[in-house]
Amino acid sequence: MTELLDQEVAERVLRRALANGGRFAEVFAERRGGMTLAIDESRIESVQSGAEEGAGVRVVDGATTYFAHVDGLDPAELERAADEAASALRAGRTEPTPLSARTVVPVPIAVPPEDVPAARKAELLRELDQRGRAIGEEIAQLTASYAEARRVVTIANSAGLFTGDDRTRTRIGVQTVARRGDKVETGAETLGAHRGFELLEEDPGLIAEQAAQKALTLLDSRPAPSGSMPVVVGGGFGGVLFHEMTGHGLEIDHIHKGASVYVGKLGEQVAQPLLNAYDDGRLPNEWGSDAIDDEGQPTQQTKVIEDGRLISYLYDHLGAERDGVASTGNGRRESFRHLPIPRMTNTYIAPGESTPEQMIEEVKNGFYAVSFGGGQVDPATGDFVFGVSEGYLIEDGKVTSPCTGATLIGNCLDALAAIDAVGDDFFMKTGICGKGGQKVPVGTGQGHVRVGKMTVGGTAR
Amino acid sequence: MSEQHLPSVELSPAAGRAVEAALAAGASAAEAYASRDTGREVRVHGGEVESLTAATQTGIGIRAWDGHRVGYAYGTDLSAAGVAALAARAAEMAAVADEDEFAAPPDPAEIEALAGLDSPSVGEWSAGRVAELALTVERTAFAADPRVAGVETAVYADSTEQVAIASSTGIAAAYESSNCFAYLQALAEGEGGRETGLGFGLARGPEDLDPEAIGAEGAERAISMIGAGKPASRSCPVVLDPTVAASFAGLIGGGLGARAVQRGRSPFAGRLGEDVASGHFALHDDGRDPGGFASAPFDGEGVPRRRTALIEGGALRSYLYDTYTANREGTASTGSASRSGYRSLPSVSASNLIVAAGDLSTAELLAQAGDGIFVTDVAGLHSGVNPVTGVFSVGASGRAISGGALAEPVREFTIAGELVAMLRAVVAAGSEARWVPFGGSVSTPPLLVAELSISGT
Repeated sequence: MTELLDQEVAERVLRRALANGGRFAEVFAERRGGMTLAIDESRIESVQSGAEEGAGVRVVDGATTYFAHVDGLDPAELERAADEAASALRAGRTEPTPLSARTVVPVPIAVPPEDVPAARKAELLRELDQRGRAIGEEIAQLTASYAEARRVVTIANSAGLFTGDDRTRTRIGVQTVARRGDKVETGAETLGAHRGFELLEEDPGLIAEQAAQKALTLLDSRPAPSGSMPVVVGGGFGGVLFHEMTGHGLEIDHIHKGASVYVGKLGEQVAQPLLNAYDDGRLPNEWGSDAIDDEGQPTQQTKVIEDGRLISYLYDHLGAERDGVASTGNGRRESFRHLPIPRMTNTYIAPGESTPEQMIEEVKNGFYAVSFGGGQVDPATGDFVFGVSEGYLIEDGKVTSPCTGATLIGNCLDALAAIDAVGDDFFMKTGICGKGGQKVPVGTGQGHVRVGKMTVGGTAR
Repeated sequence: MSEQHLPSVELSPAAGRAVEAALAAGASAAEAYASRDTGREVRVHGGEVESLTAATQTGIGIRAWDGHRVGYAYGTDLSAAGVAALAARAAEMAAVADEDEFAAPPDPAEIEALAGLDSPSVGEWSAGRVAELALTVERTAFAADPRVAGVETAVYADSTEQVAIASSTGIAAAYESSNCFAYLQALAEGEGGRETGLGFGLARGPEDLDPEAIGAEGAERAISMIGAGKPASRSCPVVLDPTVAASFAGLIGGGLGARAVQRGRSPFAGRLGEDVASGHFALHDDGRDPGGFASAPFDGEGVPRRRTALIEGGALRSYLYDTYTANREGTASTGSASRSGYRSLPSVSASNLIVAAGDLSTAELLAQAGDGIFVTDVAGLHSGVNPVTGVFSVGASGRAISGGALAEPVREFTIAGELVAMLRAVVAAGSEARWVPFGGSVSTPPLLVAELSISGT
């Protein structure tokens, strides 16, 4: 594996970081690069490439973390960052534990995207453009994007850890606009993984057709209903519901600050017994997977809800230290310019026993939210919202009219307890999660899930 | 922490070298944008400093044209060799793009200096002093009311940004600006529930922040929500407070960018000169207002920033243009090319959006509303608004308005409608305008909308 720092440089930086005391120090070095391009109006544009290097040094003393970061990996600059982080401390030197290297097997990449000619990536976007536009003459606009990103990281800390990882992610996305007279509707679809260009070898054009079909379907839509009703949520990105309703509230920083509705709920029944859910940073090649987290802790599968009972929070190093438990490998950061904080990896509701057909048939009148544009939660109050990107009415147990302009709204604990059916049609989708000004890739997943009662906020009466 | 250390590389010469290197790599035209951001952030919790961050980031982004193809490369290595490698990469990227006859760098124009973009106090205040400011924010919130049960985070952050730009068409300019902000998320408990409230302040330097006011605002907002229930579903008058009005102004500013308009992806496309708002809603973009964080002498491609009337007298007066979109329509750039640092290609977007203030106090706006909802927070804008059609449905919380005055708190409902219809329904603008960091950089008063769709119980 590529080591961005020599072990002796890392040791020197850690010693400098602890020169004025502190119980923990860490250096996180990173080389990040990538390429993105887009197609719009059937023309390749916004072709760009980036190459950045730098390191962040943190020192922890009492309840305080001191952090400094620099561009570049020049050892003298790293030592200067260590001095900067240590400069507010006034105690005597702390001796770091000598480093011992821990080998990590990165997530395997078959075809490194940087080895693929840029022209091939442009061709791929042209194919997406053609496939999407071919779905119907009412497709007025199509934009598609391609992104590859590689992060090589080296992490050393004063507990003696010296390790690293090499991560490559690839993702494509398509947005469409359909037009019929004055009626305009949009559709979107993405495909991404912690994989190389092999991700795009099967049939990437399919997502362009799906995005186009969504916009066309919505041309026949009516305004979404408003009011409280049963809601069946689609598989895959429907898992963003669990991500927002529960996942964020289980992140240990929110718990420690009393800013989560899940404080004091460990061991309690928070959902019906049919619900089992995980955070899993080891799902093979999944978008939110890494071999280790950004503190060097191996990622793991963490069961958070077992038969409806809350059994674990999600921990980073400092949160785990405070509770006297082991980190669950959820200490993540956007880059060397950010401090690690507790974050989800791939979060999902495990497959259940219902079929989507049964779940819909059992609903007299309700709403079917196939996919979302995204969601947001205030973990402290538990209030959440989700913008529905593809939704339908359920009337007499049948899926009928497509609807636009629907938002689902509610409170975490009520909605989680109201999940009364979980589907067997499990799959994962990709997302980008923002927290504390940092964006990280996360996976969300589930089969169809039914929430017995939820507020749909539309404009129809 | 000790004084900030600045790497010795000078930005303007580095930008000049990058342009030369791109031309040497075969580009027919080139532009380089170099920036250095020196900043610090203090987070406090429970009367203690939780984290103290000090950082400098320096980088450069190079646009290279190969005739009418354009490519971009960015990086952190500003050494001669590093810049040469990036320049060559930018030229390679250009070869991948398709021809676009309107893709060209702008010509130089006279840039007028702009005073008031920095404050000496950013450099003068020690880390200890700004930490004390953040601690005062937190302490004030606790002292405001016994029902304040906690503060999730109280933060102070500042940054000083230096920018230099150079191009093969002869642009060579630089500026420096500083800004700072502080905010907190207060937690209040009562009637079996927990509520959150945001307080914030923005300034050029810490000496102009009022930590007591920020702490008190967060506490007051959280406490005012205790006991909130769902409002009844209905259509009714809605008053948007400045934080909420700013979020909507940001969406409107996005829809007025010429790129979205020209590509038919805006509710404002094809409506120049039409009535798109009531006479009570006027909107300007002003890239030179010293009160606005997005102010600068020039935009992301070296074109002078200026003031542009967007909506006046209810009519749509202008879109926002960068060089590319202006070329496409045979008009002039409005100086609206924005960048989020050296990593991003310039693209058309608003700078500071200014919603004109009216003459009613907030109390008078509420009185005019009669019965309705005062919305103090919205959530889910990134997924609940369709920027192409303008249709929106977003989560909201606030206070009921009853008999022309604030009544019980309400939460867990949505407000829904369509952007242009909402602008046409603005029946009054308040007199108390405020700079808000939501929706970009926006100065706006509260707005009274005659009717929006509320979905609650």
